[in-house]
Amino acid sequence: MIKNNRLSEKEYQENFSDIHPPFDSLTSAQVDANRCLFCYDAPCTKSCPTGINVPKFIKQITTENIKGAAHTIFSSNIMGAGCSKVCPVEKLCEGACVFNLMEEEAIPIARLQRYATEQAMEKNWQLFKRAPSAGKKVAVVGAGPAGLSCAHTLARAGVDVTVYERESKGGGLMTFGIAAYKVTPAFCEDEVKYILSVGGIDIKYNQELGKNCSLTELQKQYDAVYLAIGVGLARQLAIPGEELEGVEDAISFIYKLRDGGYPAVAVGDKVAVIGMGMTAIDAATQAKRLGAEEVTLVYRRSESEKPCTNVELDLARLDGCKVIWLAAPKEIKGANGKVTQLVCNVIKLGEPDSSGRPAPVETDETITLEVDMVIKAAGQMPFEQLVNTTGLKHSKGKIVTTDQLTSLDKVFAGGDAVNGGRKWWMRCRRGKMEQMLS
Amino acid sequence: MADISSNFLGIKSPNPFWLASAPPTDKKYNVLRAFEAGWGGVVWKTLGSQVKNVSSRYSAVDFGGHRVMGFNNIELISDRPLDINLKEITECIRLFPDRAMIVSLMADNDKTSWHELIKKVEDTGAHGLELNFGCPHGMTERGMGAAVGQDPEIAKMVVEWVMEAAHIPVITKLTPNVHSVVPTGKAVVKAGTNALSLINTIQSVTGIDLDTLVPNPNVGGKSVFGGYCGPAVKPIALKMLTTIAQNDITSKVPISGIGGVSTWKDAVEFMLLGASNVQVCTAAMKHGFRIVEDMCEGLNNWMDEKGFKKLDDFIGKSVPNITHWEDLDINFHIIANINQEKCIHCGLCYIACEDTSHQSIRLEYGKPYNNYTIKEEECVGCNLCKLVCPVDNCITMEVHRKGDEYINWKEFQKRGLPLNDH
Repeated sequence: MIKNNRLSEKEYQENFSDIHPPFDSLTSAQVDANRCLFCYDAPCTKSCPTGINVPKFIKQITTENIKGAAHTIFSSNIMGAGCSKVCPVEKLCEGACVFNLMEEEAIPIARLQRYATEQAMEKNWQLFKRAPSAGKKVAVVGAGPAGLSCAHTLARAGVDVTVYERESKGGGLMTFGIAAYKVTPAFCEDEVKYILSVGGIDIKYNQELGKNCSLTELQKQYDAVYLAIGVGLARQLAIPGEELEGVEDAISFIYKLRDGGYPAVAVGDKVAVIGMGMTAIDAATQAKRLGAEEVTLVYRRSESEKPCTNVELDLARLDGCKVIWLAAPKEIKGANGKVTQLVCNVIKLGEPDSSGRPAPVETDETITLEVDMVIKAAGQMPFEQLVNTTGLKHSKGKIVTTDQLTSLDKVFAGGDAVNGGRKWWMRCRRGKMEQMLS
Repeated sequence: MADISSNFLGIKSPNPFWLASAPPTDKKYNVLRAFEAGWGGVVWKTLGSQVKNVSSRYSAVDFGGHRVMGFNNIELISDRPLDINLKEITECIRLFPDRAMIVSLMADNDKTSWHELIKKVEDTGAHGLELNFGCPHGMTERGMGAAVGQDPEIAKMVVEWVMEAAHIPVITKLTPNVHSVVPTGKAVVKAGTNALSLINTIQSVTGIDLDTLVPNPNVGGKSVFGGYCGPAVKPIALKMLTTIAQNDITSKVPISGIGGVSTWKDAVEFMLLGASNVQVCTAAMKHGFRIVEDMCEGLNNWMDEKGFKKLDDFIGKSVPNITHWEDLDINFHIIANINQEKCIHCGLCYIACEDTSHQSIRLEYGKPYNNYTIKEEECVGCNLCKLVCPVDNCITMEVHRKGDEYINWKEFQKRGLPLNDH
């Protein structure tokens, strides 16, 4: 049965508390910071999509220059605080730490980054000063990581920025699309507030492109427009039964969880989650933490092809989620309009496909899971229809750009809307547009 | 098992580890705990005229997350009544007859005071006396401590007074707050001291509180120069020890080595450079007396491994290995080698060499790991890369002699061989 309010307040609190507790003192941060070798041309920095100078900020923690450490981090990535909690660091900076090559524990870079950035936020350190007015106005569409990073960089350069955001809160996927035990809604709100505190950024909430504002108007009103609209549409499974009550996409499931408070979110007794990316893990673990009795992750390839990291998978396993490899959804069966079963084709691995991974090939065998809820986390798609109406050149909805400049005059784009949402942490990268206008 | 028992001027102790004259040796309670823990002997904290101490008294230098790499104090000699000290010394000797009991002395600057003090101390049954000519603060202003040790003539005079009265061995402790410890060392040996000990603490300012702007240690908003000791001073102590061990006159008497000894390895190094035993303070003040256990065991294991049966088998063995620069072999040449299997690609060797040395390391960019190799023709064999490398035995220095012949700077000049070849 799908129902909400399964747990006590205390249980909700425990289940959704921070899984990466922060350092509680300077001394404890310094014990780890002092282990850092201060590598030259450091592998951690080279493995950070936003290029944070990791050895420098860690060294700054050892010298008690926490303000300097925060400045170092935010200079490369204004969402450095959120990233320290949600980045899959085991395959980025920490995965590249040279200590791994000595079979030693890697430096806890994310935790140290969190230490410095949280202090900056708590104490509201103003680390950046706006340049004198450049006499330019820019509209940014979307207040997610890409939009906010762009807005902040422009604001620092003396540009007046107006951000148009569809939701009533900023932060984008950080706020609406990540497991709550990694970043709390309250933290996301604080992070947006901190980013905006540089000044010169006006956010207009509940403004959706194509509904409340149009690209043509923005082009007229502003010196430039930056589209950071992200991706949002859940990929459909295109199988029978997808319309049954109890079938939900992971994005909206997590959105509700982030937006409405945990007790309000309904979850089934037995839940199947389709997919094995980060979003699938976030959906599965949180379904379990909301009180689902049984949660099963279903993935059409084998463990070695999984898109999530081992750390993520361990998280799901430790939460008690089951995993079925090599099974592709074939049909969702129901009774009285409600989900009762998920039927999957058993898969064997074939020749490598376009992704370079062995292609999933269906066999004649099927397996049937008794479930009352199916959460789909089979990827997200760009807003193709919306992009179509703007006249922008695109490829299957992904906006085509050269150095962030689109096919339209004075219109730039970045983040998932351009790269298709393959690696969410790429959203914080600074782009050519910032450089052009600053 | 090697024999680690020590015989210093006939003063016997089960091991060569004594606690130096300092707070850990200023009363019976501590000294009995030290003996129970296994220390071979103590030098009882300096007795002399009555003093008054201040608060606070200590400060330290931390490094790389490690506490107390260097330590400094502004404490004076014993501030307990003389008769209580003497009574407690007697009791400690009675309870632990196999341990060495040396008493540190600093009498007022007249012969009678010294003679009276020596008489009282000898009555306790103590095995030896150590003359404190080194205390760098508080006492110097009254013409004692380092004020004596810094002037060879005064030091000589005081030692002569002492030798007139003393019936037990006398060790003179030297101050490092001089350009060379040798002149005072020579003067006191000529005056008849039976042994030398060094070093006392080095005048220092350990740091400043960046909020109050008052240096450490803070005594009501002011500070003074304190005596520096601990691991940080060991290299300086070893150098001063060597100059005493290499001098014809001062090397005639036994030396007790002091200055940053924290482990059995430190002790072995002091002994290799001529110390017959060592005295320890800071390490015990940081960790307690229990550190002596590993000092004994480590020394024993090392001696067994090296085949040394007793301490005298290795004491002073490294003294001849420190020579004058102009006697070094100019044809000796080493070149760094980076073991690619062990390399963790941290780049520390590269940036050290590139920015501050001889640009002798080649960098090939990689993502995320760069590769680093030695440009053999550029390497001068300075050791820097090996020193900064965090991996044991990853960078090794291999011998590539410039020529077979031993040739030193004097000979090199005589033959008019080319300079500036690098």
